[in-house]
Amino acid sequence: MSSGFKAKSVSEQFATAWRSKQVRLGFTMTLVALVVALLGPYFAPHAPTDLVGTAYGKPNGDAWLGYDLLGRDVLSRILAGGQSVVWMSISASLIAIVIGSALGVAAAYLRRKTDQFILWVTDVFIAFPDLILVLLIVSLLGREHWLIVLTVAIAFVPGVIRLSRSIALGVVTQEFIEAAEMMGYSRTQILFKEIIPNILTPLLVHLGIMLTWAVGMLSGLAFLGYGVAPPTADWGLMINENRAGLLIQPIAVFAPVVLIAIFSLGTNLLAEGVGRVTARIEER
Amino acid sequence: MSVSGTLTKIQSVQDDLAVLNNSRILVSDRSVEHAQPITQPTRFDAHKKSLLTVENLRIELEKGIDVVSDISFKLAQGEILGLVGESGSGKSTIASALLSHARAGAKIVGGKITVEGIDILSLKEDGLRKIRGRLVAHVSQDPATSLNPLLRVSTHLHELVSAHEPSLSKAQREERILSVFEDVGLPTRKEFIERFPHQLSGGQQQRVQLALAFILRPRLIVLDEPTTALDVTTQSLVLKTIRNLCQRYGVAAVYVSHDLAVVQELVDHIVVLYAGRVVESAPLAQVFAQPIHPYTQGLLAAIPDIAQRRLLQPIPGQAPSPGTRPEGCSFAERCPLRSEQCQQTPALHLVSDQHHSACWNIQRGPAFISREAETQRVVQRGEALLEVSNLNAYYGKHQVVFDASFALKKGECLALVGESGSGKTTIARALAGVGEHSTGQIFFQQKELEFVARARAPELRHQIQYIFQNPYRALNPRHKVGNILVDALQHFFKLSYKEAERRAKDTLQKVSLQSDLFHAYPRELSGGERQRVAIARALVCEPQLLICDEITSALDVSVQANILSLLRDLQADGLSMLFVTHDLGVVRAVADSVVVLHRGKIVEQGQVDDLLDHPRDDYTRKLVSHSPSRFKHLLPEA
Amino acid sequence: MSNVATDKMTDAADDAFARGQPSTYQLPSWLPWLLGRLASGLGVVIVISFIVFGATQALPSDPARIILGPEASEQAINVLRQQLGLDQPIYTQYVAWLGEITSGNLGRSIDSNVDVSSIIHARFANSLALTLTVSLFAIPLAIVSGIFLALRRDSKVDQLAISTIVLFKAVPGFVLAILLVMLFSTSVFQVLPAASLLDPSKPALAQFTYLILPTLTLALSVVPYLLRLVRASMIEAMESDYVIAARLRGVPEHNVIWRHALPNALIPAIQGIAMTFRFLFSGVVLVEVVFSYPGIGNTLNAAIEMRDLPMIQAIVLAITLGVVLINLAADLITLLLTPRLRTASKRKLKKKRAEKRFNKASRSAA
Repeated sequence: MSSGFKAKSVSEQFATAWRSKQVRLGFTMTLVALVVALLGPYFAPHAPTDLVGTAYGKPNGDAWLGYDLLGRDVLSRILAGGQSVVWMSISASLIAIVIGSALGVAAAYLRRKTDQFILWVTDVFIAFPDLILVLLIVSLLGREHWLIVLTVAIAFVPGVIRLSRSIALGVVTQEFIEAAEMMGYSRTQILFKEIIPNILTPLLVHLGIMLTWAVGMLSGLAFLGYGVAPPTADWGLMINENRAGLLIQPIAVFAPVVLIAIFSLGTNLLAEGVGRVTARIEER
Repeated sequence: MSVSGTLTKIQSVQDDLAVLNNSRILVSDRSVEHAQPITQPTRFDAHKKSLLTVENLRIELEKGIDVVSDISFKLAQGEILGLVGESGSGKSTIASALLSHARAGAKIVGGKITVEGIDILSLKEDGLRKIRGRLVAHVSQDPATSLNPLLRVSTHLHELVSAHEPSLSKAQREERILSVFEDVGLPTRKEFIERFPHQLSGGQQQRVQLALAFILRPRLIVLDEPTTALDVTTQSLVLKTIRNLCQRYGVAAVYVSHDLAVVQELVDHIVVLYAGRVVESAPLAQVFAQPIHPYTQGLLAAIPDIAQRRLLQPIPGQAPSPGTRPEGCSFAERCPLRSEQCQQTPALHLVSDQHHSACWNIQRGPAFISREAETQRVVQRGEALLEVSNLNAYYGKHQVVFDASFALKKGECLALVGESGSGKTTIARALAGVGEHSTGQIFFQQKELEFVARARAPELRHQIQYIFQNPYRALNPRHKVGNILVDALQHFFKLSYKEAERRAKDTLQKVSLQSDLFHAYPRELSGGERQRVAIARALVCEPQLLICDEITSALDVSVQANILSLLRDLQADGLSMLFVTHDLGVVRAVADSVVVLHRGKIVEQGQVDDLLDHPRDDYTRKLVSHSPSRFKHLLPEA
Repeated sequence: MSNVATDKMTDAADDAFARGQPSTYQLPSWLPWLLGRLASGLGVVIVISFIVFGATQALPSDPARIILGPEASEQAINVLRQQLGLDQPIYTQYVAWLGEITSGNLGRSIDSNVDVSSIIHARFANSLALTLTVSLFAIPLAIVSGIFLALRRDSKVDQLAISTIVLFKAVPGFVLAILLVMLFSTSVFQVLPAASLLDPSKPALAQFTYLILPTLTLALSVVPYLLRLVRASMIEAMESDYVIAARLRGVPEHNVIWRHALPNALIPAIQGIAMTFRFLFSGVVLVEVVFSYPGIGNTLNAAIEMRDLPMIQAIVLAITLGVVLINLAADLITLLLTPRLRTASKRKLKKKRAEKRFNKASRSAA
């Protein structure tokens, strides 16, 4: 007989997660990218818009990463250029998760008509390539940051609806939900006490994966010119700006590429690693 | 009571006495020191050439944890062996090992298996492929998933035959297929053979598996619980088919099952497994008449039977899973006969002719006595607690219950009986308040009830509680046991947390769970424990009526006896029950009155003994006659 | 047959249960489903067209002003407004527009004043060439590797492959493009052209060298998803009960893999392929811009920059239509390959599903 029951406390769960190499690597990479993006501006040697050197100048003691197309210090611009990508991708993902899971859970719990309707709407959008949808809306409605974030979020919502609906369906068909109904718990009570705690973890994992996509899409948008406007420093924009000088000063393109890759890869590894670990814990 | 009734009663008392006497006689004749370990080739089936010999089989999991060890038994040509054990005993693992197969994560590490002189475990891939299906065949538990959904039934058979007998022409193969289909009782018309697996019923799918097993006339067939997923009537028919085919073709068989009663109708010899070891091995009659090992005795004392009301004896505790098995005898911790010596693993000793047992203490036995219960309690002048009137229920557009009417008296236990699809669960759910689309009337304590629980007054709602079949899905995995109970308490009764906690812990004790389970998550508990938590959740709401929906179908026999005896205690306290089940043995053990359902209609209702002894409706009669039983001879109309 | 235990009543019931299946001579029972899906697909296209119309002509406060830019004169704006019919109520505009589109008149490009259709034809062909090349390369590669890795699960090769794949999956497409350009065009190898300067007079496929880098980029971004899907699907098939049962019957391993596991594994892969196309269409825009490839993605980008409304509308609609058709094809193929869906009509399927769910509660759990 098992003696002494204590479930794993939160810190113990973290410790288990930490044991996975994937989680450690993902976490570190994400942390590095976040630190550079959020704390970078405080450490930049020059202001990101100052012209301090020759156009496409090679790296030297003063400017470790050289100069960009206008002669600005690449290092300073790198340190300043992560903010918009980071906060925009995080907000877009959060908004998408909240809206998407609300709709998905509603579809799973309320069934029939609501379900049919939400499914149909989702099907309409899910087939559509998201970048094109976003391009369309953003280009014609303006390029304010909040609008871009909202549009990217909306582009992700159908996918979240599908996922959260299928997870929620798995939960809703279990007997303990019926037991709650028999007790007479109100619909809201059941939603928040019974259903949502069971879908949190998979959704959290999906949040991480969406972050990866969001980074990709936002930097892509910036690359095409639909993000921050020059002369603001932005990783995606920098890639496009300095493309012409690829043969002369590759670092001006390479540096932002590497940083985007680190952020993107880090969140992906972290999300998948955590997903795998929690699956193992809950399988028992 | 009638004369026959008295006679049967006397007979069963004599049976019990015989068990007591025999076990003592046996032991006084041969003390343990004179017993012979099985490894010596003694009189075990020496006169019959053995077809299958298993010696010291050992199968381990990845980290050296053993699943089964020291497994040895023999089987002669044309014999059928029953391999009996509960979940976790390793019986399915042994069944697969007979074809040198171990499931993912397990590995056969020791022992020898010989079939017709061929050492199975030493065969390499090519040799294995040749004997599988041809020398030894395997029939698995779930026919629906064991057939490839993309291939027609005929393709399965053609593929099998051409793999083993490539020289046959297509026409010759077809002939064989048609012939074996006739043998297993399947239609032979072309349209049927060309069907896909999903177009067949469960019984038909299992017969297809039998066809695949028998078509090459193997010498040995291994059947892994082939009838567990089938209805009682289908089960009984498939069993008959298996028996006939084995006799006809002289095929030996190993039949794996958790159900001793089912096995009784088919096998010649039984091997009982517990926690990965053989604990008893004996011819059929002896296992039932003179079980020697405490576990076997416990099993027999725990199995309900349709023909006779038994006082179900629970075996305390639960079986250890691989990895948690203690040193020495695995059963010791649950055994009333345990002693110092049990810290050494007992070997399998020959106790009498062909009867082996692995226990040091059989002379102190018996550990569990299988007892008949007193006669049926009669619920006196109870007023009707529950009245159902003209209930019609729909599942979507499909009507599943037609005009059901019955009543339940206060303090009574009413069994709702039927096969799958009979509508019994639908009725139970409608009573509990989640019946989607039902019409008719339900009266509880003379007040009419709404069909939706939320619409019922809280004072009425808490008086009817429901327990689900599957304990693994009935508790929210994210809530601790304590929270589950306290939430229910605070929902119905305005209590402080402290008071609610006290009541919750008391109830946990009432259902024989330690109160420190209060802090546990469901995933840390076994199936039996979870089901008891579910019962605690119901009890905590102070119900008048407990609706139990097949609550023990997913549990092992010994655990079932535990739960049923708990229910018996609750009944003695005055709780009324509606017990939904398909198992007529449980009905006899637990219920006072019965309602029999067939395809949504009530075909018969009445008091338990009367209905089971003298069924009036054809369907009831069929159900009763197909139910497996050890005491078939006691049933007046069997 | 007296020694065979068949209860006539039970078997008759069994047969009646299963007899609900239509014979082969009737109309395929999935035809109503197909028609339903076609209607649904049409609905999708209409909704998207509505959105496109709305985004381009209805929503912006003044499309004419947007087209001509902030410095245009009032007069010019009014003229354009009249020209585009913007002074009429929205619904009239929409219907008129819809009519034009369906009759094949896609309008004239505002930017170059050339027929939209002629521009699109050429560019479309280029993009099609690129997409086809990528699919013919990436999809079989993903499927074959997925199966290969599934069969060698957890081996060194498998582990190495999975780790590398994660890398490609996480890096955004255009970033990959640039990395590849750096690798093969500018710094390390310098063998492939960085920009696809296609000669419009020759078919794109003939000018192979320009296709290599874009194809490689796109392939690297879509292969990971499909490969992992196929691998997981194949692993599941290989671990399924019917595969084990087949092995225990002595069916040769070769048959077990190719005849039992593989067909079952490939069915979910069909939906995966449809998803892959969706990723492709998204990625193609960025890749074409990076490589200056004269395809539909690049054109769309330019049109958006130029606010070339008819062009935008036409391209977006074309892409939508393509996506809807692909999804429809995927669903249809899945249906035809799955006997369970093929042999039951939708109504029967619903009824059977209801019955199954209903019966489950009465059966003992495994």
